[in-house]
Amino acid sequence: MIIDTVDQAKIEAAKEQPWAALGLKQDEYNSIKEILGRRPTSSELAMYSVMWSEHCSYKSSKIYLRQFGEKVTPEMKKRLLVGMGENAGVVDIGEGLAVTFKVESHNHPSYIEPFQGAATGVGGIVRDILTMGARPIAVMDQLRFGAPEHPDTARVVHGVVDGISFYGNCLGLPNIGGETVFDKVYQGNPLVNALSIGVLKHGDLKLAKADKVGDLVILFGARTGADGIGGVSVLASDTFDADGPSRRPAVQVGDPFAEKVLIECCLELFAAGCVSGIQDLGGAGISCATSELASNGGKGMKVQLKKVLLRDESLTPEEILMSESQERMMAIVPKRHLRAFKKIVDKHEVEYSVLGKVINEDRLLIYWGEQEIVNVPPRTVAHDGPVYERPVRKPKWQAPLNAASVQARGLYRANNNTTDLAAQFVQIISSPNQADKSYITGQFDRYVGGNTALAYPDGAGMIRVSEETGLGVALSTDANGRYCQLDPYQGARLALAEAYRNVATSGAKPIAVTNCLNFGSPENPGVMWQFKQATTGLADGCLELGIPVTGGNVSFYNQTGDVAIFPTPVVGVLGVIDDVARRIPSGWQDEGNNIYLLGVTKDELDGSVWSEVVHDYLGGRPPAVDLEFEKRLAELLHGASLQGLVASATDLSEAGLAQALTESVLRFNMGARVWISELCERDGIDKTSALFSESTGRVLVSVGREDDVKFVGLCDARNIPVLRIGVTDNTGELEIQDLATWKLSDLRNSWVATLPELFS
Amino acid sequence: MPKIIVQVMPKQDLLDPQGKAVAKALERSGHKAISAVRIGKRIELHYATTPTDSQLQEARKIAESFLSNGVIEDVVEVSIEQD
Amino acid sequence: MKIGVVTFPGSLDDRDAARAIRLAGGEPVSLWHADKSIKKVDAVVLPGGFSYGDYLRCGAIAAQAPVMKNIIKKAGEGLPVLGICNGFQILVESHLLPGGLIRNEKQHFVCRDQKLRVENVDSAWTSAFQKGDEITIPLKNGEGGYIATDETLKMLEGEGLITFRYLEVNPNGSMNDIAGLRNERGNVVGLMPHPEHAVEPGFGPDSPVAMRSGVDGLKFFQSVLRSVISA
Repeated sequence: MIIDTVDQAKIEAAKEQPWAALGLKQDEYNSIKEILGRRPTSSELAMYSVMWSEHCSYKSSKIYLRQFGEKVTPEMKKRLLVGMGENAGVVDIGEGLAVTFKVESHNHPSYIEPFQGAATGVGGIVRDILTMGARPIAVMDQLRFGAPEHPDTARVVHGVVDGISFYGNCLGLPNIGGETVFDKVYQGNPLVNALSIGVLKHGDLKLAKADKVGDLVILFGARTGADGIGGVSVLASDTFDADGPSRRPAVQVGDPFAEKVLIECCLELFAAGCVSGIQDLGGAGISCATSELASNGGKGMKVQLKKVLLRDESLTPEEILMSESQERMMAIVPKRHLRAFKKIVDKHEVEYSVLGKVINEDRLLIYWGEQEIVNVPPRTVAHDGPVYERPVRKPKWQAPLNAASVQARGLYRANNNTTDLAAQFVQIISSPNQADKSYITGQFDRYVGGNTALAYPDGAGMIRVSEETGLGVALSTDANGRYCQLDPYQGARLALAEAYRNVATSGAKPIAVTNCLNFGSPENPGVMWQFKQATTGLADGCLELGIPVTGGNVSFYNQTGDVAIFPTPVVGVLGVIDDVARRIPSGWQDEGNNIYLLGVTKDELDGSVWSEVVHDYLGGRPPAVDLEFEKRLAELLHGASLQGLVASATDLSEAGLAQALTESVLRFNMGARVWISELCERDGIDKTSALFSESTGRVLVSVGREDDVKFVGLCDARNIPVLRIGVTDNTGELEIQDLATWKLSDLRNSWVATLPELFS
Repeated sequence: MPKIIVQVMPKQDLLDPQGKAVAKALERSGHKAISAVRIGKRIELHYATTPTDSQLQEARKIAESFLSNGVIEDVVEVSIEQD
Repeated sequence: MKIGVVTFPGSLDDRDAARAIRLAGGEPVSLWHADKSIKKVDAVVLPGGFSYGDYLRCGAIAAQAPVMKNIIKKAGEGLPVLGICNGFQILVESHLLPGGLIRNEKQHFVCRDQKLRVENVDSAWTSAFQKGDEITIPLKNGEGGYIATDETLKMLEGEGLITFRYLEVNPNGSMNDIAGLRNERGNVVGLMPHPEHAVEPGFGPDSPVAMRSGVDGLKFFQSVLRSVISA
């Protein structure tokens, strides 16, 4: 092996380097030479190329993500222990406890190798949570696949679901919810977003910084192999002779058992106070961990790469630096704690290696034996990467698309044909995006830990955090690519409103936000416009609702050729509940209760499931959002739940009232008799809108007879429109007066059959 | 590197759901000539020097007691493989 | 009444088993796989999870653990042992129970609220039930298919060693719908479903009474506490 050293770089200044093949631009390469005052070594080149990639540096998104940190009031920051920029945000939930949560994407690997892509996606986000000093307690996932009947979709669905099941279940983390959406726009670009949440005592918080000179730098967990270094292997041709390994995998392979052991080991290390800083190894492996720890700590590091425990002895130094082998952590350990550290990792049979130590100079020095192969200022690698201000231009098709509303197109509404209308009802609730998802969620463990208070099919997930007091947290994630395609600013606000409403409907109080922004290529000015609009919409929305974004993730380049996916910002809202016993079920279980619809319904069918399923159409403007009203609605639900007035509640969103009714009757197999004539009259809408409009700010609740007066009084006092639209009854049927009556068993069969038929 | 190869297969008369699933998948992709599939394991035991006869016997014992579950699996091969 | 819960590398439901024991009125004692001692406990639970990542065969490596050598010996002397899911797999690998557990028929992990019928109450862990009781216990596994030779099945059926059978749906292709077994002496019971997930109102399976209110799993732990007191 020929090693490219710092000395060599000084001597052989004019060497040709494959910076373009590594994804760098000419001016970026020149920047690196300027920073170093010489050409980079091949190891340094590899480091900068990955750390300055879009995925690691956020270079195209930084200027817009700043809004999440800027559009914040002091009030919003009160609960924040850690804001954006760290591995995950940390929020105080009371009783000296905090939770850390984040959602991340693993999109491209999941198209190439769905099983491992999804599995390692779960592994990665869980490690991010662990790194904050928290015990991970739950996961959720947001999956978007191509058209359901397309032959390649099943391959991706099975791989992804098996992968999440394999990894998440083996870690012992309950899966408490998420979303599954099918749309042809995701055919070549499935979206696999994974969320994890962890709990910690305030004092347990750990940060990814190396700030005490002399502290040891220790790599522990799995051995380092050739995972994920496909791109970097172009350097191998430089350093290998003809007999060297010719191909390196671009995929990472995960071992959840190794991660489970790592979790237990780390938690014990944290409890013993051995570790003063910790970072997990994800994208860009060792080069990322070392540069981030050093940069965050404002100090430097000296590392001996030959000390890295290898799975594969043929790896070159560049490959070792860039390897994305899973289930590895890097700890900063004060010398006096080394013995305690060793005792704990040995007990768990976890391998470790002391790679080096924290030094006073502001440099990251990496050696291969005697040879210095990296000497860089850590900040320039980890934090001061390029910042782009990409061209932004509203697409030409945007205005015509917005003008082509459902009304303007005169799409047929079956208002005068009850047979057609009833048929549309069933067609819609049994369409793949609206149908029961148990085929998928039934492959995830929702019980492990014994603290799951709510999970699918409830609208939010809820986990008890304190067994003594019942303190718990609720989480909901939502996104609607179709709305965002129509209007990315509004679409992002709609996603926020929906997640916020789902959390409030569970009885919890929303307190924080995370996001995963899935978009096309940032080199496309139209996509960049969508990104700018969406981030602005989300930031403005969070400010209005008074809840801060604590962290998130950006995934660009989700496109096939020139065709980008719909802009798909996934918004996750976290809520807190003082006692999970107070949670509100999503469907009714008692007969003889009154059914109320809160909020106002307008004729808002643009971008709706109705327009998609019945008419295969997308056009117009998405529903309006009134965040001030959503706040009041949430407060009403909170107040009502404190007084125990609400027996069940589900929010209305995709497929409107039709979906809410279906899910409410099927949740516990309790029927209902419902009428929509009053609704049509009061709100001035037709039957199609009544059933399928996707107006925001609406919740369907059931209330016990004895609480009726109090509940309606509460709504009136708070100016929340409330309309009784039915009663629950045990006839085994859902009856919508003057429209149709369905046996619950028939409705259930239609709702449940869709996914198994497509994918079994 | 000298090794002993151990091969373990599910017992003939017991259910092999993995094999069944794979057979079905092959049939669906048009491979009609394959009537059944059974899936087992190949385990390699690596030694520093060529294993002796007694080491081979020992390997057989290990195969039968630990590397396989005699209730549901059969050890179908234990042999020395030279490289 | 001290009941040990063993933690192997990869065990997941050990904390839940401990909670179940506490809620039933017992004192859970944590046992580490690498320690031979079982700290003088009155009974042992082998919990669910993925010990050793299910490497080689589910439960195969855990069955060789130092603590298991001791547990196998004490089980032979009458110590009550409950194996749940992965624990059942460990009991089978340890030859404390007959048969084998293989991959689910449908090749997928399945998590569902499973109806079971109690077939036999002559064991330390089922004595609080009545024969014929229909209970709902969460099931979650990928390798839960019970198989045995015809001879073994005949023996199990003949001697009433089957403690639970799947009702309505057989989720994993287990022969004779077998969900759980006991040994002849009645001190060792293994089952695939997870009773420790149906012990606390609000966190168990849905029931006609209320959401997540099913607590049919408590009787397992109440049974053993009764049998220990009377022992």
